[in-house]
Amino acid sequence: MAEEKLFCSTGGCTAKLGAGILSRVLERLPKGEKDPNLLIGFDSKDDAAVYQLSDDIAVVQTLDFFPPMVEDPYTFGKIAATNALSDIYAMGGEVKTALNIVCFPESMDLNILGEIMRGGSEKVIEAGGTLAGGHSIADAGVKYGLSVTGVVHPSKILANNAVQEGDVLILTKPLGVGIICCANRVGEASELAMSKAMESMTTLNKYAAECIRNYPVHGCTDVTGFGFLGHLHEMLDGNVSCNIYADQVPVFEEALGYADDFLLTAAGQRNRNFAEGRVKFENVEFAMEEVLFDPQTSGGLLFSVAKEEADALMEDLKKVVPAAAIVGEITKKTETEITIKAHK
Amino acid sequence: MIKVNAIGDTCPIPVVKTKKAIKELNGAGVVETSVDNEIAVQNLTKMANKSGYAVKSEKISNTEYKVTITIGEDQVETAQNETEEAECYVPSNGKKKVVVAIDKDYMGEGGEELGKNLLKAFIYAVGQQDELPSTILFYNGGVQVTTKESPMLDDLKSMEAQGVEILSCGTCLNFFGLTEELKVGAVTNMYDIVERMEGADVLVKP
Repeated sequence: MAEEKLFCSTGGCTAKLGAGILSRVLERLPKGEKDPNLLIGFDSKDDAAVYQLSDDIAVVQTLDFFPPMVEDPYTFGKIAATNALSDIYAMGGEVKTALNIVCFPESMDLNILGEIMRGGSEKVIEAGGTLAGGHSIADAGVKYGLSVTGVVHPSKILANNAVQEGDVLILTKPLGVGIICCANRVGEASELAMSKAMESMTTLNKYAAECIRNYPVHGCTDVTGFGFLGHLHEMLDGNVSCNIYADQVPVFEEALGYADDFLLTAAGQRNRNFAEGRVKFENVEFAMEEVLFDPQTSGGLLFSVAKEEADALMEDLKKVVPAAAIVGEITKKTETEITIKAHK
Repeated sequence: MIKVNAIGDTCPIPVVKTKKAIKELNGAGVVETSVDNEIAVQNLTKMANKSGYAVKSEKISNTEYKVTITIGEDQVETAQNETEEAECYVPSNGKKKVVVAIDKDYMGEGGEELGKNLLKAFIYAVGQQDELPSTILFYNGGVQVTTKESPMLDDLKSMEAQGVEILSCGTCLNFFGLTEELKVGAVTNMYDIVERMEGADVLVKP
């Protein structure tokens, strides 16, 4: 069953529509009367919607689903769920309930679907949430994900664009899982690389989120389909600029090797087309450039915190998320939005 | 020369197939890869550039692009040719991007019959220029030009074969009941039309 070849085509967050196309459509949607309780919605390019119910409770809603990016259905279920749950953590929330979203071919073995949903269900439980229902559609290709509802105290919401000048930027998972899955699709990825990537993609951002909750984090997002640079651009939101130090960014070594072999996704190139104009690379290797544009399935949290808080936070964070690293800093707005320096 | 068919393949397969063909050349030579989308063209171009091969690409139709990669001795020569090729698709450096917009099936006001002949002459003349436009957009009554037995189909097909994008507004085709009658180019929408107009260095309207 794990060898079902039709299963995995071009999956995960590489299947996302390009940011450029999407914003053109969203900008033109009719807008109804503004509800003041909707704290975060379409207007911002944030990870999830946040709606305030009372002085101390807001609900966080998100939905994420995609086609498989690995051959094993159980692992795919875990990855899809980890990825969907992540948006709640990126908003500073706690997971409460989740609904399954399923597209599945009628002709395919139902045991495969069972495995996918088992993986998803396990992750919802690990997140401390309850699976409360779902919806399934007969479709030509497999797709799976979750609609997740969480809660957050309105004063603890982590908007992605709340970064401030002088903040340092911290990333909690290594980059490169998109390229590794891409290499795997053509039989070029090593077993070790794939197992590292799968381990990363099935690790909930819960542990990082619980840790950073104790610090005055400013802006926070999770790195997914638009790649590190695409999501970083959304965080800066035209207000500030930043310096990133390529040698400080956690990456899977294997991904650099595969990038040098040009095992690159279409989505990575779309990300490059979208964000390249805002980025200046200073003597950065080609492979590293590609990794910075690489679409991440179930990537880590990327957040900013005042410099003075960074050391204490990092000491705590490293205990639960050893790969976490300070990757750069927020600066005053300059002509170049994102400058990537080779070394710190 | 080795020809690689990567139509219908998703990235990175076009690059993988092309690299395999380059290896098979075992030295100098040319690999010509057909793909069906622009992103694949960009990924192949990136691979060739980073590897130091000469590369050029050409748009055959909206679903077919040809990427030609030259390895070894004649690399230099191809690189020179590249700047002279009018149909070179990817890096249009320094060249003005001309977009033509046609909104009716005649040109100018006064005599409609005359206007139809004028438009036919206009389209012919556009096709004879040294620098072809990157795109010709057809909307409202303009879609009469790309459909049925329009007398301008041959000129448009010839330009399309040289890499000019011929795009007709889908809503307009639908309005005139011509959706099934489109004879040249592809269907587009208003977002795309706006984007192409805004992206043009020169917008020509007859």
